[in-house]
Amino acid sequence: MLKIENIKKTFNPGTANEVKALQGVSIEIEEGSFVCILGTNGSGKSTALNAVAGSFLVDEGKIILDGEDITKWSEHKRARYIGRVFQNPFSGTAPGMSIQENLTLALKRGKKRGLGWGLPGNVVNEFKKMVTPLNMGLESRLENPIGKLSGGQRQALTLLMSTAIKPKLLLLDEHTAALDPKTASKVIDLTQQVISRDKLTTLMVTHSMQQAVNLGDRIIMMHQGKVAYDFKGEDKRRLKVNDLLSLFDDLRRKDNIDPAVAEMLKAQYV
Amino acid sequence: MSLLIGSVTIGIILALLALGLFISFRIFNFPDITAEGSFTFGAATGASLIVAGMNPLLASAVAFVAGMAAGAVTGIIHTRFKINPLLAGILVMTALYSVNLHVMGKSNMPLLNETTLFTWVENFSVWMSGEGTRTSILGWQVAVKDLWLLMFCLIGIGVFCVFLWWFFKTNLGTAMRATGDNDQMIRALGVNTNAMIIAGVAISNGFVALAGAMLAQYQGFADVQMGIGMMVWGLASVIIGEAIINDDSLGFVIAGAVIGSVLFRLLVAIALRWGLNPNDLKIITAMFVFIALILPGLMKNKKKFTIKRKVHA
Repeated sequence: MLKIENIKKTFNPGTANEVKALQGVSIEIEEGSFVCILGTNGSGKSTALNAVAGSFLVDEGKIILDGEDITKWSEHKRARYIGRVFQNPFSGTAPGMSIQENLTLALKRGKKRGLGWGLPGNVVNEFKKMVTPLNMGLESRLENPIGKLSGGQRQALTLLMSTAIKPKLLLLDEHTAALDPKTASKVIDLTQQVISRDKLTTLMVTHSMQQAVNLGDRIIMMHQGKVAYDFKGEDKRRLKVNDLLSLFDDLRRKDNIDPAVAEMLKAQYV
Repeated sequence: MSLLIGSVTIGIILALLALGLFISFRIFNFPDITAEGSFTFGAATGASLIVAGMNPLLASAVAFVAGMAAGAVTGIIHTRFKINPLLAGILVMTALYSVNLHVMGKSNMPLLNETTLFTWVENFSVWMSGEGTRTSILGWQVAVKDLWLLMFCLIGIGVFCVFLWWFFKTNLGTAMRATGDNDQMIRALGVNTNAMIIAGVAISNGFVALAGAMLAQYQGFADVQMGIGMMVWGLASVIIGEAIINDDSLGFVIAGAVIGSVLFRLLVAIALRWGLNPNDLKIITAMFVFIALILPGLMKNKKKFTIKRKVHA
């Protein structure tokens, strides 16, 4: 379904702020797979996700989605196939517009937007059916502006919106990181429901090792702009939070040793 | 009374300007200064085409398109070359000053002996009720001709308001509103936000240019200076409208811009009548907009202050 081939990205090249965010990442994901991407701060996990979404173009490598080379596609063109939920609950909805207007925008994801009436009468009932299962009482507030809702409600709606038309790929960028634990678990439950109902191919970036262990069928651990570990199938199922923690420790220890080793070698050979 | 009717008529003509600024400032959140240039651009284009013998309706339509072109340039400078919206607007506005002089060939172009849209209305009035008839409204004598002009402007602005309201409720218009509200979100839903911004600023400046063309026809001349201060003027109208209407729904906000424009024009006419020096008009307009912009913030602080005091007591 999704094939990422050796993508590289350097921000601010040639300046003091140069960041080699992605240093050759290759990932291949089968259809219907739910992948969690873990990693420390600055490991490039969110950057990898944004590269797929098209927030920027990669310097090298290829991104192929369902057989189509989308490497050079603009962000809005990729949105035809890709649904997204952002880390910031304010990013995924238009605050000044009503719930139903936001939903109607989502129903046109990647389609031509002409001069047809934006909110046909019959569609409002459809929206009621969509938001009722959220159990947030939104069905009676469809005309209220989204800006008045809480972060959790907005994130739940963003999830509904990104999957209102079935996307070929769903990208979740730490979408529960900014929520309180109770709301976060509610949004995670909803995420799981939606993904298993529509059998969505999903890429989820997360900070939480518990989430990564509980959810999905594959864990990719990134470190310093590369894929460090990749667990699938039985390996993934056996993985516990403690295992992940010790892997992180390993990575950190390697980081500390590397420069020291280099110094030692230098002293011996130069 | 005829002064009052005249002011309301000009207020309605300038409501086109207010609608234009409402589109750029409120819907697209794009502080567009091009308006200062495109207002004159519309007046200059319309006036010179009318002088050249073109049908005034067609000339006004061309003025609208000319304004759209100016706005599109600003939009392209901003989106394509990543130049700050204010600066992009200033660049186009400055360039338009020369363009306007070229279009008119001089700094002032009289239209008094030409056939304008308003000449049509006057002829219609003569045909309907005869030459120079007067009627009385609440005891005041007014020229029937002025009433017809007012009626014509009211119908015109009504049509434009309904059109705008309809347009911004279509799928395309909804996507445009979302572009101003949260561009990241709407890009993730597959909308080319750059195209939306270019189109939006173009439509906005089309309205502004049409306002210029109509004002030139109403007052009987186009002048290369007539756009100065028009952006703040239009913004003041929008702000007054919002304060009076106090409702966020699209239809009300559009109506508010028109009402704001008429009220602002009336306020200005009254102030001038009471002896305000016309030279002070711009500074007073600017101060008015400044106060209107900071007032909501001040009110909030005041509220916080009183709450704090309650807590301490």
